[in-house]
Amino acid sequence: MTTLLRPFLQRWAREHRSQLEEYRLMGRAFLRDRLAVASLVIILLFILGAIFAPWLTPYPEQGRGEPNVLEKFLPPSWQHPLGTDNLGRDLLARILFGGRTSLSIGFLVVIIAVAIGTPLGALAGYFGGWLDEAIMRLTDIFLAFPSLLLAIAIAAALGPSFTNAMIAVALTWWPWYTRLVRAQTLSLRERPFVEAARGIGVREGTVILRHILPNVMTPVLVQATMDIGSAILTGAAMSFIGLGAQPPTPDWGQMVNLGRIYFINHPWLATFPGLAIFLVSLSFNLLGDSIRDIADPRTRRAIR
Amino acid sequence: MTEPLVQARQLTKHYVLRGGLFSRRQVVRALHWVDLTVYPGETFGVVGESGCGKTTLGRCLLRLVEPTFGEVLFRGENLLQLDRETLRQRRRYFQMVFQNPYLSLDPRMNVLHLVGEPLVTHTDLRGRALAERVVALLERVGLSADQLYRYPHEFSGGQLQRIAIARALALNPLFVVLDEPTSALDVSVQAQILNLLKELQAELGLTYLFISHDLSVVQHVSDRIAVMYLGRVVEVGTTDRIFHDTRHPYTQALVSSTPIPDPQARRARVVLQGGVPSPLNPPPGCSFHPRCAQALPLCATEEPRWVDVGDGHLVACHRVG
Amino acid sequence: MKEPLISVRDLRVQFQTYAGVVYALNGVSFDLYPGEILGLVGETGCGKSVTGLALLGLIPPPGQVVGGEIRYRGRNLLALPPAQWQALRGGKIAMIFQDPAAALNPVFTVGEQMELVTRRHRRLGRDAARRQAAEVLRSVGMPEPERILETYPHELSGGMQQRVMIAMALSCGAEVLVADEPTTALDVTIQAQILDLLVDLKRTRGLSILLITHNLGVVAETCDRVAVLYAGFIVETGPTEAIFQAMKHPYTQGLLAAIPRPSHRGRPLQAIPGTVPDGLQPPPGCLFHPRCPFAWDRCRQERPALLEVADGHQVACHLYDREAER
Repeated sequence: MTTLLRPFLQRWAREHRSQLEEYRLMGRAFLRDRLAVASLVIILLFILGAIFAPWLTPYPEQGRGEPNVLEKFLPPSWQHPLGTDNLGRDLLARILFGGRTSLSIGFLVVIIAVAIGTPLGALAGYFGGWLDEAIMRLTDIFLAFPSLLLAIAIAAALGPSFTNAMIAVALTWWPWYTRLVRAQTLSLRERPFVEAARGIGVREGTVILRHILPNVMTPVLVQATMDIGSAILTGAAMSFIGLGAQPPTPDWGQMVNLGRIYFINHPWLATFPGLAIFLVSLSFNLLGDSIRDIADPRTRRAIR
Repeated sequence: MTEPLVQARQLTKHYVLRGGLFSRRQVVRALHWVDLTVYPGETFGVVGESGCGKTTLGRCLLRLVEPTFGEVLFRGENLLQLDRETLRQRRRYFQMVFQNPYLSLDPRMNVLHLVGEPLVTHTDLRGRALAERVVALLERVGLSADQLYRYPHEFSGGQLQRIAIARALALNPLFVVLDEPTSALDVSVQAQILNLLKELQAELGLTYLFISHDLSVVQHVSDRIAVMYLGRVVEVGTTDRIFHDTRHPYTQALVSSTPIPDPQARRARVVLQGGVPSPLNPPPGCSFHPRCAQALPLCATEEPRWVDVGDGHLVACHRVG
Repeated sequence: MKEPLISVRDLRVQFQTYAGVVYALNGVSFDLYPGEILGLVGETGCGKSVTGLALLGLIPPPGQVVGGEIRYRGRNLLALPPAQWQALRGGKIAMIFQDPAAALNPVFTVGEQMELVTRRHRRLGRDAARRQAAEVLRSVGMPEPERILETYPHELSGGMQQRVMIAMALSCGAEVLVADEPTTALDVTIQAQILDLLVDLKRTRGLSILLITHNLGVVAETCDRVAVLYAGFIVETGPTEAIFQAMKHPYTQGLLAAIPRPSHRGRPLQAIPGTVPDGLQPPPGCLFHPRCPFAWDRCRQERPALLEVADGHQVACHLYDREAER
């Protein structure tokens, strides 16, 4: 098997030598940025925790929501490292399973927003004129709503659920990508290599796909990474007020809301899920910052 | 006489600066009423200082910029009347090499894709056949096959300009506009590129429009030269006539201002006073008259007409003829 | 012979980058005498700008002077306390750049900026500073200096901005002007004006100018002496006439032969093969040997030193020590 693949791998490595070298330099710069490495580790721990939750905790069924009323409000101990909640469920298990909801909200919201926002922004920026006018006015309309309120309105209209919360947040999010990509496209459009492509006779649509989009992907990636944190935060806010995932599905925002009632006597109920939200969204922000620095060879040099 | 390959007639490009709340609408005359004819196989030099419209001229000839008025005839066909798709297909016959290869090559594409792009756009070459053709082109411009998968940032300026030239020649064009192709390069590399361009021209029968601010470079490469000032051509002629029978006072000043690398040739210079006026409100009459030492009263009021001083040497100056 | 005003000896500058150490200057030595224009010529990346910046102690980090000395009137600037060097910089030693627009502050008028520097370096009062500024502007050939003082930098053309920069240098009593590609961004007709001005300032004020340029034509027309820089090393130096008539170093010869000139029209230019060496891994021996058509064994092993071949004309090339040995 490996002998069969080797020529292909070697050829691939030869053709992508420059890219591999670039990634190696990026990797080196990244490893030197301790804060970013720590952020990535935290994020990976939460993602792995969410994926392997059923095997990581002795109480997977509690994590999924099954009550265990005999052990309610236990403080942190060896048995329950983060304590138990009002229904006696192990809090660590709840947080690991809750990560599935919160992290998916974060990723899906941003993926949807990027998928809508990027093509619209590229079209508006590249062609200009009435198309630009129409797309930008549409984004203005969406941006004119307070995003949480719009999300609440949509969730209220469609009924509270995980999917609706996600759609609601994504709808308030895409205009930012349209603006970002449009601004980038406007400056790229004037760059000589785009003019050169037109001079060769490349079709307009191909110019966008081949020359504009690949060159806007770095800022979009940076923004997206930072936004995952904020999307998790907004998703948590939605579930906090009861418009997100519905019990018994675990969710960090919903857990904070629940813990709020018992905060005086059992502070760990709200603190640990709150800490999870804080850590994950902070880590995504720091990671985004670092990606911005290492993606640009000029700023990459400054990292020591 | 041979048929012209490219002809510009009354080619004009005015940029309109939209007036704001407190400012009037203003018109920039980037290119004004330019006529020129380029014959097959020649190098036609265009020289002038910044803001003289030489770059706009190159772009208008290839319709990369939409001229405001005039005609561009390419083998007798008016490019300005072609619909978008026909123009796109015609583009394989005329190409451009830009001033700064660091900016004119997409940083995210490797050499195979950069040089292959025109072939993919206009032919059915793909895969191995495409790669072979690209390698042949690379070798022709002095690069090698093992650079096929490299990215622009791994090359020096001279190598990048070779890539840009390979890209421009991929489709065997008839006409190539070279817009300051060596201005971003050091002299030793400039010499390499100029030699390469000359060789390729002889080999492939190319026709060049060579735009530059550097008079000595234009003199070296061109068969005929047009001197531009403030959006107009002020003098056209064969290279010999332009340099040895210089008629327009502006051309004279340009020739005498160009430093010559020979301390014994230090000479009394015609140093022009002041700078180039803004193309926003060009002076009336001859646009050069405010800086011209030989200006007549007539120059301030009336635009000079073309005078043929022989051999197709045309001058736009009241002093001549 | 006169005492040199500025004397640079074995100057070495390195940049510590994440990719390794870049050797920018590898032992640069030259003298600048009072009232002369010394041309420092070389191609991109040869270290000519770094040399200029080093004279003012303005090498940007991560660059560092790692060896050598820079003497001004006998005092080693590199050993001077920062405050004293600061006083010389912009005072006795001034610098102008390729892009004057970037060197002028866009939010202050020309007058405000000129007053600021004169009041700082000369401790003049407001009115006196203004009068002096107008006077200096007139001396650099500015028409209507009083009006120019009221304008903002962006209202002036590139040539005018460069005149303002020169005026600012003069108003602080500069004896040495480091001019880093002062005319590269300008049109030829404007370049001619600025070069004439520099020659004029040398004659009338006895200003010493280090003219950093890549243009041998500019050197031939304005400089008294030339130093040719290649890969952070001076390969040839001497009086302009001597250099242009009897250049010795293969690099200088190649550089001159590469320039298009009327007598060679229609013939191929002589190009120097290859490219400038990577500052990260300079070649052993003579830095030029990989591109040199005359390189022999010794060139690959041993770095040549500057050797006097004629009066004031020095070359660093093994071709000539072989001659000297014979």
